[in-house]
Amino acid sequence: AQVLFSVKLYTVHQYLNVTLFLYVFPQMIARGKNASDLFPAVVKNVACKNIEVKKLVYVYLVRYAEEQQDLALLSISTFQRGLKDPNQLIRASALRVLSSIRVTIIVPIMMLAIKEAASDMSPYVRKTAAHAIPKLHSLDPEQKDQLIEVIEKLLADKTTLVAGSVVMAFEEVCPDRIDLIHKNYRKLCNLLIDVEEWGQVVIINMLTRYARTQFLNPNINESLLEESSEKAFYASDDEEDEDKKAEAATLAKRKPYVMDPDHRLLLRNTKPLLQSRNAAVVMAVAQLYFHLAPKAEVGIIAKALVRLMRSHSEVQYVVLQNVATMTIKRRGMFEPYLKSFYIRSTDPTQIKILKLEVLTNLANETNISTILREFQTYIKSMDKDFVAASIQAIGRCATNIGEVRDTCLNGLVQLLSNRDELVVAESVVVIKKLLQMQPEQHSDIIKHMAKLIDNIQVPMARASILWLIGEYCEHVPKIAPDVLRNMAKTFTNEEDIVKLQIINLAAKLYLTNSKQTKLLTQYVLNLAKYDQNYDIRDRARFIRQLIVPTDKSGALSKYAKKLFLALKPAPVLQSTFKDRDHFQLGSLSHLLNAKAAGYQELPDWPESVPDPSVRNVEVKDSVCARRTVLTGPEESDSGSGSESASASDESGSGSESEESREETESEDEEEDEEKEKKRKKRLDKTKAKKPAEESAERCLVLPNVSCSAPSFPQRAEQWHRGQKTRQEGSEESEKCLRIRERIRKQRIRGRVGGGTIAPSGSIKMYELLHRITGEGLAVEYCFSRQPFSPDPNMVAVQIQFTNNTNSETKNLHIEEPRLQSGMRIREFTEIGLQPSGESVTVVMGIDFCDSTQAANFQLCTHTRKFFVSIQPPVGELMTPVFLTENDFKKEQGKLMGMNEISEKLMLGEKCVNEHVIVERVTATANLSRVPCGSEKECRFAGKTVSSGCLVLVTVPTKEGGAAQLTVNCEKMLIGTLLVKDIMQALSQ
Amino acid sequence: MIHSLFLINNAGDLFLEKHWKSVISRSVCDYFFEAREKAVEPDNVPPVIRTPHHYLINIYREKIFFVSVIQTEVPPLFVIEFLHRVAETFQDYFGECSESTIKDNVVIVYELLEEMLDNGFPLATESNILKELIRPPTILRSMVNTITGSSNVGETLPTGQLSTIPWRRAGVKYTNNEAYFDVVEEIDAILDKSGTTVFAEIQGVIDACVKLSGMPDLTLSFMNPRLLDDVSFHPCVRYKRWESERVISFVPPDGNFQLMSYHISAQNLVAIPVYVKQNISFFETGSSGRLDITVGPKQTMGKTVEGLVVTVHMPKVVLSANLNATQGTYNYDPVTKILVWDIGKLNPQKLPNLKGSLSLQSGAPKPEENPSLNIDLKIQQLAISGRLGSFISVGCDSLPAGPCDKALLLLTLF
Repeated sequence: AQVLFSVKLYTVHQYLNVTLFLYVFPQMIARGKNASDLFPAVVKNVACKNIEVKKLVYVYLVRYAEEQQDLALLSISTFQRGLKDPNQLIRASALRVLSSIRVTIIVPIMMLAIKEAASDMSPYVRKTAAHAIPKLHSLDPEQKDQLIEVIEKLLADKTTLVAGSVVMAFEEVCPDRIDLIHKNYRKLCNLLIDVEEWGQVVIINMLTRYARTQFLNPNINESLLEESSEKAFYASDDEEDEDKKAEAATLAKRKPYVMDPDHRLLLRNTKPLLQSRNAAVVMAVAQLYFHLAPKAEVGIIAKALVRLMRSHSEVQYVVLQNVATMTIKRRGMFEPYLKSFYIRSTDPTQIKILKLEVLTNLANETNISTILREFQTYIKSMDKDFVAASIQAIGRCATNIGEVRDTCLNGLVQLLSNRDELVVAESVVVIKKLLQMQPEQHSDIIKHMAKLIDNIQVPMARASILWLIGEYCEHVPKIAPDVLRNMAKTFTNEEDIVKLQIINLAAKLYLTNSKQTKLLTQYVLNLAKYDQNYDIRDRARFIRQLIVPTDKSGALSKYAKKLFLALKPAPVLQSTFKDRDHFQLGSLSHLLNAKAAGYQELPDWPESVPDPSVRNVEVKDSVCARRTVLTGPEESDSGSGSESASASDESGSGSESEESREETESEDEEEDEEKEKKRKKRLDKTKAKKPAEESAERCLVLPNVSCSAPSFPQRAEQWHRGQKTRQEGSEESEKCLRIRERIRKQRIRGRVGGGTIAPSGSIKMYELLHRITGEGLAVEYCFSRQPFSPDPNMVAVQIQFTNNTNSETKNLHIEEPRLQSGMRIREFTEIGLQPSGESVTVVMGIDFCDSTQAANFQLCTHTRKFFVSIQPPVGELMTPVFLTENDFKKEQGKLMGMNEISEKLMLGEKCVNEHVIVERVTATANLSRVPCGSEKECRFAGKTVSSGCLVLVTVPTKEGGAAQLTVNCEKMLIGTLLVKDIMQALSQ
Repeated sequence: MIHSLFLINNAGDLFLEKHWKSVISRSVCDYFFEAREKAVEPDNVPPVIRTPHHYLINIYREKIFFVSVIQTEVPPLFVIEFLHRVAETFQDYFGECSESTIKDNVVIVYELLEEMLDNGFPLATESNILKELIRPPTILRSMVNTITGSSNVGETLPTGQLSTIPWRRAGVKYTNNEAYFDVVEEIDAILDKSGTTVFAEIQGVIDACVKLSGMPDLTLSFMNPRLLDDVSFHPCVRYKRWESERVISFVPPDGNFQLMSYHISAQNLVAIPVYVKQNISFFETGSSGRLDITVGPKQTMGKTVEGLVVTVHMPKVVLSANLNATQGTYNYDPVTKILVWDIGKLNPQKLPNLKGSLSLQSGAPKPEENPSLNIDLKIQQLAISGRLGSFISVGCDSLPAGPCDKALLLLTLF
């Protein structure tokens, strides 16, 4: 590589080839060298067939696109083509690279691509779409609103693959939109265990915040009790009575705390993750428990955190920081693991110091003796920083635990004769702090320290000793002046902090014992007056004015004694980790003890319960919701993937799902398995009966797999995935599906054949509301392919209501359509009365805006409301257009390039002649045939209903059943979908 | 999330950089170098360094610093864990994770990093998926590649990412279906001067090497699972089954992986297999000292102790050591002040002994503390936790290619 670089770059251009790619670029980029001159030559290779070259081109492109925006645009079309590839992995990788190119011009293209990918069939592509969202957001924050819509849609996704990525996108784009989580909360909790590790971390952190806003503090009663007891402890006698009254009032007000079942669900579903191998997951669960769990349950995290202490030192470092914070609030939790925090000689210093911190926090009356013994060995360590920290730790133990104060003090005094100066210095500083608490009893220690001043050289220690002698000069009246005398001799050679303390000592002695020290003080002050340091000169001047009475000296000198010899409060030795718990544990901000960019505050618990019903999800099938025994564990998986029909009793759904949830919770694994068996038995039984007769009953027995017809294979796969834990379960469910499918086909055929429906037999009926779900009301619909006269831009949908109940249904009408932007709906006139056992057919119009998005609305009767949705196949979004051969060719010529999608296919066995092909194509899409001279080619034309874009289809056939399908349409999405549908129809 | 990654060697050379978002100048590493200098020992570099605009999260592994640049709030452990995963992947691919192997395989390293993160968020970290995407280098392949110009990138698209068991690739086939499980237990103990145990715990891991066709579903059960105080699992293990039945049930990844790690803390179970008599003293006058260390067996349950190594961190004033070992070799490094005595196999009849004198820096005060000793050893075929290992049973629930040919249980204990 180095040799090549000496060659001038333009020669490189000419010889740019595979080898160069393989060896030069990674080297250049890895070393941070600028290789942007090669950009045009590289981009040429973007469509290269060699996968490795292709990947490296991607790397290169993403790296330099920002600098060479114009040239980067050359490559965009390649990715756009990739987005339409039938292979999901290619679609995903195209989206991944496209969204990584940081060029603002392509923002609209990216937006479109993300939107499309978000409704892709493949969960992997949807995952990639979720990954692309933060990229686009950082490139152009103005897209936020549109992106939130996509996030909302993806949050509803029920696959584990997508969950982690979309929550990550949520956290980056709109972490404050907590309302988007409500409906997905339970699903996320249930999926959590199967999500990949990194996604788990993100989801758990987000759910912690969510739970803090939605549930009540589980420790509310305890914290109140604590508060009141603390108050009582500190309160003076007068206040006590009042306090008691107030306390009684709060006690009376307080209701017994009942944990929200959703809160419990979160705690229960995260608990097993404490056993994850991934330290980040364990930490995430630990912080969740620390912030959300009732006090009695928090203890379980200790063991897992202690386990992390055996991991890499960086992991230990982070874990210890968090443990240190936890130990301040919940000491009891870690007490059993005290010995795990003992220090090893091989630990790095920073780990040792953190462990000391934890040990100090854990110290109490019962374990202090073992801890102190341990500390004693630490003092002998060779690591001086660690020794200093150990001495401070001893000091802190001594202040916190009164019983051992004397022992500690004696130990520290012994250290004063240590040979190591650092040890002595640190001890002096700590002793100074301790003595301040009870100076009266320890004048001998002060004397001992006064003697030490000749030997100790560390300035901080000397200063501390001087301060002590000055402060307690009354306890050592004889020694103090002598020390001052000695210090005056060496004053000029001392460090600044020592000099300041000498001045202080002099001043204090002057005030208490002016007879002996007057001259000495004058001398010291004179020396200080000519010192090099202005601080010292300043201090000297100030003190002289204050203590030496002169004519001019003001009123202050009267108070000099009060100023200098006031009783000073003892210092509080406390942990640096105190009050760090207002940061979410495990976060970067907590580690740094400062708010990092993008940190989301952990909200305080709400005062009153927020509405728990916001998390209720409309259950697919109201019958199933009630029959929990059947749905049991699959509830979370049921009906996954379909954005279609959801029918439920509006008024009753809340309480029903509440009920069902509780039931589910109480059941455990074994019961599930039993149920599985039970279901199997029933299935076997039903299989034996004749399907057509028994279909209704079977629908009841079958698990909750109601869905729209087209997505069966996908559904089976997802179902299968949901059953990962039980192999047998999945097999069984496939069986169910197969049966179910058969029933459905039969029913449709039966109805059509029975002549109950007006339109011709080739028109397919779709189910809108099953008669079980609809409590006797069955609704089916079809696309009649007639122009909708009130509004030509709408697709006509023919709806047939069948009343299977014994009573009549009244006031059938539509309410609350929830439509994608731009979509419109023309309701049918209300059906006033439908007698029992009769069918009524009406026509309504829907403007789908040329998209295959479902139209959702409520179907209401006089008693009930059902959520339903109509999703049109792409072929129904168009109406036939009559063109001549010439017109067709002309129009086709206009729709070339990006607007043309072409696929090769093998015709199915039954597609023997032209006639069958025409039949199949027209059955799939509402198109008309265009006359054509050649027999080997079929042409069709149509236009989309809403915007009137032309749709042209050409199918030339070749020998041996091969054919080519070409669709020309301005709307690429329609084109792609249509190709897919027609391909399927023809290759069957 | 993770913005950029810099790899820096022990000498402070930045030899690889990778950016997942827009490029961050390598000058950001100056803050790291500053911290590195301050820390003296590489172990003591703070894992999280704050700079005015970024946060640097780094790990130190195999004499390489992996320094990642972060711009916004992210759990630090998330990043640290990921960086370790990167290092492990390198190790997996190249046999070792060192500066030279990374430099030799820079293309693969780059491709790996590209696949592992997308926009700073982990995408594919499972080694099975990565290996499908990018084939690990072998000598033969790299030769063929140089000649034919073919590549290491897999021609097939990986399907593992699409399944819910991303750790296993589809369509695995072996003629011999084998599964090996290694149980490795470690005692971690702190002893005081007189040899009494201050703290001891047993940590164990079960490493597996599974070479089974299709999608096998295995279970592993312990006779005495109550001994396990604390466990952590590979994601393939079903938590629920463990919680309810204390059985480890899993669909294993293909090849080598660590199935679980566990912890046994009960003090009374821990029997330290050796004892050490040591006497290290420094004379008050004359700059010298004496050293005498003897190692002997204690509760080895009839097994031989192997790989015995004694490491002593000497005080700074010790200049050199003039010793005599009855067995093995010793080496004193005057720069790091570490004395290493490699004994090898412990012979219970003739106890190894290291004896001799130490010379100190003249004039320096006598070191007041005795140095601490680290003792490493290995015992094959012995479970310290005693009752655990001998009762492990492995069952294959479903193997499409017939029953398990060999379900071997290989215990390398301690």
